[in-house]
Amino acid sequence: MRTAYLDTLYDLAGKDRRVYALISDNGAIVYDKYRKDLPAQYLNLGISEANMLGMAAGMASCGKIPFAYTIGAFLAYRAFEFIRNDICLQKQNVKIVGTGAGEIYSALGPTHHSTEDLGGLRSLPNLTIITPASPMEVKKATVAAYEYEGPVYLRLGTNKEAEIYEKDYIFEIGKGVVMREGRDITLISLGTVVKDVLDVAEALDKEGINTRVINMHTVKPIDRELIMQAIDETGRIVTIEDHNIIGGLGSAVAEVIAEYGKGVTFKQMGLHNFSEGYGTYQQVKANNGIDVPCIYNAVKKIMD
Amino acid sequence: MREIEETARDIRKKIYQIAHHAGGGHMGASFSMADIISVLYFDDVLKYDAANPNWEERDKFILSKGHASYALYAALAKAGYFPEEELRHVGQPGSKFGGHPKRNDIPGVEASTGALGHGLSFAIGIAFANKVDRKDSHIYVVLGDGECQEGSIWEGALSAPTLELDNLTVVVDHNKLQAMDELENIVHMQPFEDKWKAFGWNVVEIDGHNYEEIKDALLTRQIGVPTVVIAHTVKGKGVSFMENVPIWHFRMPNEQELPILMEELGLTEEDLQ
Repeated sequence: MRTAYLDTLYDLAGKDRRVYALISDNGAIVYDKYRKDLPAQYLNLGISEANMLGMAAGMASCGKIPFAYTIGAFLAYRAFEFIRNDICLQKQNVKIVGTGAGEIYSALGPTHHSTEDLGGLRSLPNLTIITPASPMEVKKATVAAYEYEGPVYLRLGTNKEAEIYEKDYIFEIGKGVVMREGRDITLISLGTVVKDVLDVAEALDKEGINTRVINMHTVKPIDRELIMQAIDETGRIVTIEDHNIIGGLGSAVAEVIAEYGKGVTFKQMGLHNFSEGYGTYQQVKANNGIDVPCIYNAVKKIMD
Repeated sequence: MREIEETARDIRKKIYQIAHHAGGGHMGASFSMADIISVLYFDDVLKYDAANPNWEERDKFILSKGHASYALYAALAKAGYFPEEELRHVGQPGSKFGGHPKRNDIPGVEASTGALGHGLSFAIGIAFANKVDRKDSHIYVVLGDGECQEGSIWEGALSAPTLELDNLTVVVDHNKLQAMDELENIVHMQPFEDKWKAFGWNVVEIDGHNYEEIKDALLTRQIGVPTVVIAHTVKGKGVSFMENVPIWHFRMPNEQELPILMEELGLTEEDLQ
């Protein structure tokens, strides 16, 4: 995803001199090509996330389009007030790009996990939040963020994530993507977890459980229509996210369900605490109850 | 009385008038920087066009210590950004003026401030953008000295010299008081000037109530280096019982105090109608 992001940013910056890559001393090597070819549109501001975002807002007020990049946890937690006051309150056209969504920096531990970022940021007015699910989606989301006039939080994984789209598709901010149709139950997810959910759906389908999968890449504004349609057509909803169950995708879907007022079977899957344990991303997800077997079992339990 | 002196006197009057109508506000902090903002806006320092607030080539002023908003509102009204009449309703329903300045709502306000420690980085972003665009435009920021207890100020203090932003001037309103006590009793900030020097700034120290010194300092430039003006000021300056008394960070005069304030600022009953 990181490569997909950087390739896209490279193209955008090459075409539009208003585009700037700001980084907080993270990803220096992967920026090599960008730095070499577009030195005037590159700034490593050192380890100072608050200053980077405040500065990005100031630059945006002069018509620049800064993409401010580092680990999402450091942006969303440390620099929250700068996102709120300097970027969102003043509607500055800053793209806040966080890497390491969820527990993807598994063995680095909870300080590096973005597992409460959606909860915090989702409440901020004027902020659009996109969590792409694959490299192709990262490219589309980066272009969409560039074309959109206003603050965007782009929540990326790391690298070498699997591609989940077999062919080109239309990406639109605020519009979820139905990855597969189904009548019995709807699984809604975002980010790299969508791949796991698709694997689960395939296994369920073989057992006669016709499973719909929605990739809700934009958690804010959320695609209410698509959720209501899923309620009407499948009657069962499960949300799966690598994020705390408070404040993230599950909460956003629950808000739509509650207001819609129709009876529905609903389950949220995600973290209930800080991430436990170390290991590979797969191992950490397993340890925290959100890997493929855990999702499969949870859905089976609902269907039984 | 000299023109700039009269201007500053008028700004102080306006600051109290705003507070009077609003029923409160941060007067001490506003009086503290009244002379600085007077020179900035009315002594041929800041380049602006009140009739065209978004003029591309303008200089920009960021009030990072946003709680001194009344000083900014007074200056902007006097400069003609909006009718003075609008300042009779600050903080009231329907008014676009609150206790802290909001960009987009108020012409002439370049940044929404209030939470301390934000204005410097925002200004650095503007200064950087202007530099790459080769704009002949200077950025001024006023920080509170208490505000310099915020860590983000020192992130910015490292950043601006690194980026060689000689189009940026920071003024620290160094009145040595914060909300509850003297600065030094709360956090040791001395040697204050040396800290900025060590961070790579061109440091100018002045009496923040001396108009010549203020003007000279605001017009000081050093190639490749941002300038910080450490302005020694008196919090509450201009009203004897407010001067250097921490409680006036946020308080209104009572019946006994009001006549003294009116006398010292030259306000009449009519001015407060």
